[in-house]
Amino acid sequence: MIEFLQQGGYAGYVWSAFGMTFGLLLVEILQLRSSQRTTLTRIARLVRLRTPRRKTGSGPRQPTGAARAKP
Amino acid sequence: MTINWFKFASPAAFYPIAGRLIPWFGGIAALLVLVSLYWGFFETADQLGGSNPQKEYYRIIFVHVPTAWMSMWLYLVLAGWSAIGLVFNTRLSFMMAKAVAPTGAIFTFLALWTGALWGRPSWGTYWDWDPRLTSELLLFFLYVGYIALHSAIDDMRRADRAAALLAIVGLVMVPVIYLSINCPDPNQCAALHQRSDPGSIHPSILIPMLAMTLALWSYSFAAVFARLRNIILTRESDNAWVRDVVGKEATA
Repeated sequence: MIEFLQQGGYAGYVWSAFGMTFGLLLVEILQLRSSQRTTLTRIARLVRLRTPRRKTGSGPRQPTGAARAKP
Repeated sequence: MTINWFKFASPAAFYPIAGRLIPWFGGIAALLVLVSLYWGFFETADQLGGSNPQKEYYRIIFVHVPTAWMSMWLYLVLAGWSAIGLVFNTRLSFMMAKAVAPTGAIFTFLALWTGALWGRPSWGTYWDWDPRLTSELLLFFLYVGYIALHSAIDDMRRADRAAALLAIVGLVMVPVIYLSINCPDPNQCAALHQRSDPGSIHPSILIPMLAMTLALWSYSFAAVFARLRNIILTRESDNAWVRDVVGKEATA
């Protein structure tokens, strides 16, 4: 085990190369997840702001205007 | 049966498809990384002896070569989608190009980083202005330049087109990197990277190297699709379908 970790005395080079590679990919994955969450929350807030409030709360929207006017 | 491929060029149609593909590409990538690491670290002990003995730092090849290949391949993808976007003026192509750039930049940085850590024990230096190192560094600056130029222009359509043009002009770097080992006279241009024939690489090194390349390729699909979904949502946030998606995904 110790021998494996030492990599024949080149531990610093080998583990820095592999560590940076998979470390950066992990950082990218975490960053992608958090930015996706941020976008979803932001758009959900925008949608709430634009939807007019109703007394009944968030039910299915009633047909309005032109849709209702059709016989 | 004919498939209308243009249907998938619509962001609304591609968004759910990308979402379904991400776990598959991610899973394949994880599996192949494990195969490659196991093989590279535990099944190649014979490389340390024999007729052409290696020192342990040769294992850096299992991340160095795949990241370097991916850095060039993703640049071709970036320039390709940029060109398609400019020619056909399709929204999704520009989004695809924008989604590729950060992952490509990461792989370019990793190729340089792992190369430095390999160069120090084998060549005695972290950095040298070897043709391949220099051109790979310029490729990194091109990725950074693409991202910076895109984010510096407020008008999204102008940003898309300006950055796409930069990507296409920068395409000249990829063959330069690829051919930078063909030094005609070693006395005139001392190149540290030498031409090597893939057939001469021992299978026990070649297999983990190719497994890692496929792993990073699969990873790139997953990462780029994830970023693409985010870009699609941001840009299409005024459309009705995004409202439905957000309603579903925010509760999930």
